[in-house]
Amino acid sequence: MLSRAAENLFWLGRYMERAEATARMISMGQRMAMLPGTQGQSEWTSLMQATGTPPPKGRAITQSDIVARLILDPQSPSAIQGCLSRARENGRAVRTALTQEMWESLNEDWRYLESMDTQAARRQLVLVLEWVRDRAAIFRGAVETAMLRTEGYFFLRLGSNIERADMTLRLLNVKYFLLLPETEVVGGGRDHHQWMSVLNAVSGLRAYHHNYGGDYAPWNIADFLLLNQAFPRSVAFSYAQIDGCLSKLEKNHGGAHNCQRTARAELNRLNRLDINAVFSDGLHEFINDQIAKTARISKEVSDAYHF
Amino acid sequence: MPFNEMEETDGVRAPYRRIADWIEETGTELLGRRRDEAEAIFRKIGITFAVYGEGGDPERLIPFDLIPRAFSAAEWEQLDRGIRQRARALNAFLYDIYHRGEIIKAGIIPGELVYCNSAYLPEMVGFAPPGRVYSHIVGIDIVRTGEGVFQVLEDNCRTPSGVSYMLENREIMARMFPDVFSGGPVKPVDHYPDELLRTLKEVAPASCPGEPTVVLLTPGSLNSAYYEHSFLADLMGIELVEPQDLFVDAARVWMRTTSGPRRVDVIYRRIDDDYIDPLTFRPDSMLGIAGLFDAYRAGNVNICSAPGAGVADDKAIYIYVPEMIRFYLGEQPILENIQTYQCGRKDELAYVMDNLHELVVKEVHGSGGYGMLIGPKSTKKEIEQYRKRIVADPAEFIAQPTLDLSTAPTLNEGNLCGRHVDFRPFCLVGKNIRLVPGGLTRVALKEGSLVVNSSQGGGVKDTWVLRE
Repeated sequence: MLSRAAENLFWLGRYMERAEATARMISMGQRMAMLPGTQGQSEWTSLMQATGTPPPKGRAITQSDIVARLILDPQSPSAIQGCLSRARENGRAVRTALTQEMWESLNEDWRYLESMDTQAARRQLVLVLEWVRDRAAIFRGAVETAMLRTEGYFFLRLGSNIERADMTLRLLNVKYFLLLPETEVVGGGRDHHQWMSVLNAVSGLRAYHHNYGGDYAPWNIADFLLLNQAFPRSVAFSYAQIDGCLSKLEKNHGGAHNCQRTARAELNRLNRLDINAVFSDGLHEFINDQIAKTARISKEVSDAYHF
Repeated sequence: MPFNEMEETDGVRAPYRRIADWIEETGTELLGRRRDEAEAIFRKIGITFAVYGEGGDPERLIPFDLIPRAFSAAEWEQLDRGIRQRARALNAFLYDIYHRGEIIKAGIIPGELVYCNSAYLPEMVGFAPPGRVYSHIVGIDIVRTGEGVFQVLEDNCRTPSGVSYMLENREIMARMFPDVFSGGPVKPVDHYPDELLRTLKEVAPASCPGEPTVVLLTPGSLNSAYYEHSFLADLMGIELVEPQDLFVDAARVWMRTTSGPRRVDVIYRRIDDDYIDPLTFRPDSMLGIAGLFDAYRAGNVNICSAPGAGVADDKAIYIYVPEMIRFYLGEQPILENIQTYQCGRKDELAYVMDNLHELVVKEVHGSGGYGMLIGPKSTKKEIEQYRKRIVADPAEFIAQPTLDLSTAPTLNEGNLCGRHVDFRPFCLVGKNIRLVPGGLTRVALKEGSLVVNSSQGGGVKDTWVLRE
């Protein structure tokens, strides 16, 4: 297929995933900000830091800022609207590679957010965030049920899994930033609720309990989000998907590429890794290092397939 | 009174009987509601049309009118023959003017109209594209002024657009009103993409080994007709490429793919001559594929339509198409031209100047309904201003009598009103000539308006060619 088309599909996958993950992250921030004893400041600040969005200078961040900068900014690649409109632009440039349902879904998302203003979005923040998750699910459904399993599909899935690994890492960073000024003992009341919010955001609360029992030990939660091989939003799981997509593409084209070697090595490392080792080396360092490695794979993919 | 497509003095005309019954049964109120549904479907699918420089909604819809426009089998038979005839003559003309110029030597067409035409490309002289076909998709704009009287308004030999509306309008009608099509009274049009692909493959370069690779070249997603480009590429199952996806190496054209370069044999281009190849045509162009024209002249790729095909649809050349038909084909023209005055000729200019209030005046190189003067609908001041423009450069203008375009029933706020329509069929020319029974009917939605262009408030209708 055209290299440009592959690139468009790859980024379509990334932006759709980012829109959804950003919605999940904002839900998490909102839950954390509802806890007693918080003014919402540190939660919103860390949310902005984690998405790479500069917070407003010299004044407190409000919920309106979050809506304006992380939801309804059509220009920002970190805002939901920006992601959805970029997803649509990428889709529009390769309309022939999309199924009708995929295109209609992208087109409707874009039209809906076009007609929304900040006031309305703020009033019904929870609904808007749920809407984003629902729409992402509809798009994913359209992809899974109708798209041919040819290279276009694997470029799209590759993009979404790279983005997913990246966003799960960033989500954990939000929590990390929050812990920074915290003097309370880890495992205290607020900490407990914050971890719950993290699990809620990834739709993993129940799954976590099934796997690790009742208590919210930070290392267990980190293990769940980073290394668990069965949980679909974990970094290890996303890497297994990335590896799978790259294998399919490689089979299609013949010849080995750097991206495949890097991804395979990372996957093996994650699968052997023990969470205690991660904590003793520093969770924050591990996360940042893994974000950089994910970015490297993304770069290597574009080199390998000429985009 | 203009010709009424649906009604005659003693009732409904035969081709419209089924439509009239259907309107009667459904009721205009329900039709009005269904119209909104149709619009919602169009928006959902994303069939939009951008108009440059007008601001507002960047992706607006062309209004779709639910009431179809119909041709009887006999009417179509006449149109079909006339359209094919015209498409053949226009291609013969293009071959001639880039070779021996017989029609000019014979004194039928003045040489300067051809050789000084801005669409004439000296680079094409002496080169014959595969099958001697220059214009592979000929869009002929036809108006009706009476029973059995069809006249050609203009020819489009470069990259006529609108065929996606022909297909989508039918699709929407069939989706919303399946009953009205039951029993198969209307000839289908949905095989157009297959016919187009067959045509494009037929004109692959002789040197092409095996099955030709055909691509559709679009300027990109910001182009007003991008929807149509992607739609056609999709239905033909070919790659939709942008200029940066193609490159030329060793006088061959390649596209950049995920598994490296892949050879391209036929390019159905939807970009203008000027932007094809910056090395040959416009060095300042950021668009285009450097070296494409050399690959073309080396016979390693075909470009559809051929560069320089635009001469044939020039408004100054239009006047001579009936002569071309006689000259090249030895046949009598089946479709008439509209009486046209060339302001470049002294005697005709005098007539035009005396009768501006009754004429339609157009720029020779204009298109899209811009820069026209419609005499009967203009104020004295507008006419006088336009007069000055003509005086400044008479050869740049032609004039035609104001036509009594036929009217077809159209929904307007719940009422059925007559609105002026025209018709654009799409004739495919390869080794064979193919014509799908149908085309795009455009309708001037404003009462009394004669301008059907989508950029100026025109809408579209489904077009029926009846089986009998």
